[in-house]
Amino acid sequence: MTGGANGGANGDEPGGGMRRSRRGAAAALRAFMRKEVWHLLRDRQTFTILLLLPIAQLMLFGFAVRTDIHSVRVAVVAPAADFAVAALRTRFANSGRFELLPPVARAGDLDALMRRGAVDVGVVLEPGLAGRLGSGEPTQVLVVSDGTDPNTGTMMQTYALAIIRDWQGALGANTGQVTIEPRMRMRFNPTLESVNLFVPGLIAVILTMVTSMMTAISLSREKERGTFEVLLVSPLRPWQIILGKVISYLGLAMANVVSVLIPAWLVFGVPFRGSLMLLLGASMLFSMVGLALGVLIAAVTSSQLAAMLAALGGTMLPNFLLSGLIFPISSMPWILRFVSNIVPARWFIEIVRGIMLQGIGVSVLWPQLTVLGVMFVVLLTLAIKRTSVRLT
Amino acid sequence: MLRSLRVLLHKEFLQIGRDKVILRMLFILPMIQLLVLANAATFEVRTANLWVVDQDHTPMARTLADRYSASGRFVVVGTSAIARPADDALLNGRADAVLVIPPDFADDVQRTRHGVVQLILNAVNGAQAGLIQSYASAITSRFAASLGGGHAPAPARRVMEVRARSLYNPSLDYKRFMVPGILVQLITVVGTLMTALNIVREKEAGTLDQLNVTPIRPAVFIAAKLLPLWVIGVIEFVMGMVIARLVFHVPVVGSPLVILAGLSLFLLAALGLGLWVSTMVDTQQQAVFVTFSVLMIYLLMSGLFTPVRSMPGWAQMVAQANPLMHFIVVVRAVMLKGAGFADVWRQLIALAVIGATLLSLAVKQYHKRSA
Amino acid sequence: MSAIVARELTRRFGSFVAVDRISFEVAEGEVFGFLGANGAGKTTAIRMLIGLLAPSGGEATVAGFDVRTQTEQVRSRIGYMSQRFSLYDDLTVRENIRLYGGIYGLDDATIRTRGDAILAGLDFAPSDKALVRALPLGWKQKLAFSVALLHEPAVVFLDEPTGGVDPITRRQFWELIYRAAARGTTVFVTTHYLDEAEYCDRLSIMVDGRVAALGTPGGLKAEFGVSTLDDLFVQLARGTGAVGAA
Repeated sequence: MTGGANGGANGDEPGGGMRRSRRGAAAALRAFMRKEVWHLLRDRQTFTILLLLPIAQLMLFGFAVRTDIHSVRVAVVAPAADFAVAALRTRFANSGRFELLPPVARAGDLDALMRRGAVDVGVVLEPGLAGRLGSGEPTQVLVVSDGTDPNTGTMMQTYALAIIRDWQGALGANTGQVTIEPRMRMRFNPTLESVNLFVPGLIAVILTMVTSMMTAISLSREKERGTFEVLLVSPLRPWQIILGKVISYLGLAMANVVSVLIPAWLVFGVPFRGSLMLLLGASMLFSMVGLALGVLIAAVTSSQLAAMLAALGGTMLPNFLLSGLIFPISSMPWILRFVSNIVPARWFIEIVRGIMLQGIGVSVLWPQLTVLGVMFVVLLTLAIKRTSVRLT
Repeated sequence: MLRSLRVLLHKEFLQIGRDKVILRMLFILPMIQLLVLANAATFEVRTANLWVVDQDHTPMARTLADRYSASGRFVVVGTSAIARPADDALLNGRADAVLVIPPDFADDVQRTRHGVVQLILNAVNGAQAGLIQSYASAITSRFAASLGGGHAPAPARRVMEVRARSLYNPSLDYKRFMVPGILVQLITVVGTLMTALNIVREKEAGTLDQLNVTPIRPAVFIAAKLLPLWVIGVIEFVMGMVIARLVFHVPVVGSPLVILAGLSLFLLAALGLGLWVSTMVDTQQQAVFVTFSVLMIYLLMSGLFTPVRSMPGWAQMVAQANPLMHFIVVVRAVMLKGAGFADVWRQLIALAVIGATLLSLAVKQYHKRSA
Repeated sequence: MSAIVARELTRRFGSFVAVDRISFEVAEGEVFGFLGANGAGKTTAIRMLIGLLAPSGGEATVAGFDVRTQTEQVRSRIGYMSQRFSLYDDLTVRENIRLYGGIYGLDDATIRTRGDAILAGLDFAPSDKALVRALPLGWKQKLAFSVALLHEPAVVFLDEPTGGVDPITRRQFWELIYRAAARGTTVFVTTHYLDEAEYCDRLSIMVDGRVAALGTPGGLKAEFGVSTLDDLFVQLARGTGAVGAA
């Protein structure tokens, strides 16, 4: 309705008036953008959180949140120590990956230790092992691992079995056996640094927070306070209001990207194999998707709290959980895999990982970029439409 | 004093019961999240996509490749005799791993009883790569063992037999591991956020000032605020446990009483944190931001997603002050391992200490702000 | 005995002095108007008197008790209604009455009879089972005032109680104030409306954290040689009449 009224007014005016009003509108837009920047800088607490939180998260992901497995606590259960037992203990102690606990005399004691979480892997040997081996009697070795966490459990078991196999070989217990050695090569992330995996996702989460969440809350706050009405009756067009609203957040978003990339590169040595321009461009595109989503959320909700919850449930959680940031999408049931296709961060994370870790460019990443582009156009159209509907 | 507590409690329950939207959010949303999260939050690698580069072209090489696909852990997405297409598949994500069987592989095995294959993994996700590596090692050594009899010049004597067992979660079901943790996370978010928002809302509405000029003691006011949320936390957790049992078949091997003891203490810490946040901020928006910033740190350092023992020493020290970490340990140990008071008393004491500290800090801060 | 005594009461926020050594006394059963422009220090002063803010200097007693050391005793003897609406709008009328009655330790029977009396005295038209949220603003304000009097406090503090209310309701509100004063309750009221100031037994006008004028409405007009309180207010705000109080 406002659009129609505007058009009518422009039609009535002679050309000169129109030019004047256009210049006036540009000044108004500038004034309006300035107000947005002030708003952002004025709310110190929120602003500080927005600037520091990303860096704090990077530090957390870089220093504390790790998936590599080391210091596995292993206990060898042997009734009496003979040379074979001692050799095994030495192997564990020198492996670098295991933390050797004092010997446990009975298998029953192992149970209690493991239930309490004091032991990760137990190796149970039969009494008189060295003697049995010497006389050629068959003997058994049992490797018990805490499988509460299936992944960690599996890997701890694999590491323990590898050491036992070497020990067997040295004892000459299993001669005649064929051995096939799988040589492993870790591509793109040879040291298995988890921070390399998380940095791209972190950028996605931060951008989502700054763009979708902040925009949604800020717009709905203006609606709640009635200041939005004032903007609507001003000569600004709906798209100008939206542009003015989002441009400062776009700036903040890009500042956040840089503030995460620099320490990621300097402090954690996250590799940077692809084009920086492409990365920044993709971040910009993803931010625009987020902003459009934020505007849309503000248009369809009625209060700050509702906008906050909608932004949280509609953008933060899916972008965090269904994007492959932490949990691989391929492991999810088909329905969640299906849903993940409409999560913008899923495509963005693929792009960032591709650029940073694999060094690939547009020739490989064009499908992901196209998806984001289409999302932006659809969301923006919806957002402007819904905002205009609210005007009538 | 008891009477004013009763009056205030009555008011809190009336208000909570009146706001149907919030009530629904409190009970239904976390349960839906539990159902979705338990399926989404998985590091499980069911199957990995494998590209086989067979440069040997022998029956033995083909058998090895077959063993990989027969294991159920690998799906062979392509085979080639040269490396180039495999490389492309790794780059564009069609393959997670490439198995390279070099020329003369079978020949080497027969001659020297020792062979080498190469496995190239996409290690962008290090944890996933580590797991795929484990699977590949196991399949390869089983294959080698199966060759022992047939190709050995002298029959191998199996003198020593190595067997491996996984305790507590023999089916290696990832949901059993994650569901208890997610449950803890959900009641933390609900408990902390609701406490913070509940008090800040009274601040915004001006009713907090009104209460502060009455003779009510702050301790009574705080008790009246926290008790209903504590009850809600307990009910919610029990509901979550029922869902865990019925939907995800997560067993409760140990005594629910131990979990309940841990839950009671843990909620003190979670609600205390919410109270503390509410004394620091003036608006609901700020309350949400501060709560999420703090919870994010709590959550990432809790052992929920990544093992605490993988963290560096200083981070493990810091994590000792994290109530989430202790409670997650208790819940997992009791539900999956059947731990009792004798096994988890350390964690329970830690929870009590953290809860008491957070709560008294919050109450002190509240006094300071209202005086 | 005076219901409220303030001597040299001061509050500083860092280097800013919000309330600067104000002194006054309010007699029992008096309706005392506390006037001042926005930011003159009214709200800071009132918050010190009701024990929400500790004074930086000076002293004050309310109902005979020191606001600094005997907060408990003060709180059980005062009622308070703030410029922001202070009932719970997601509770019903009756539930609010029961809540505040219970907080002040009244027994159930007393709460019921006094509640009935309040609603009868207000000619309360809506149901007492209605949510407060659904009431018109005027009703809310009158109800909030009556609830503030529920425990029959010695002193009641009203912080801009009639903001945003229509003239007829304001009139009714002041009738309620007079009724309370007639029963012996001391009323301490801040307001923006100068016509309301005329209704007060005595008033004080704050300018820049200090009491610039203190006396009966008629006495003040005579003292400053003005014909209306409006003129007096403008004169004080301009800073020319600040000597009057010194």
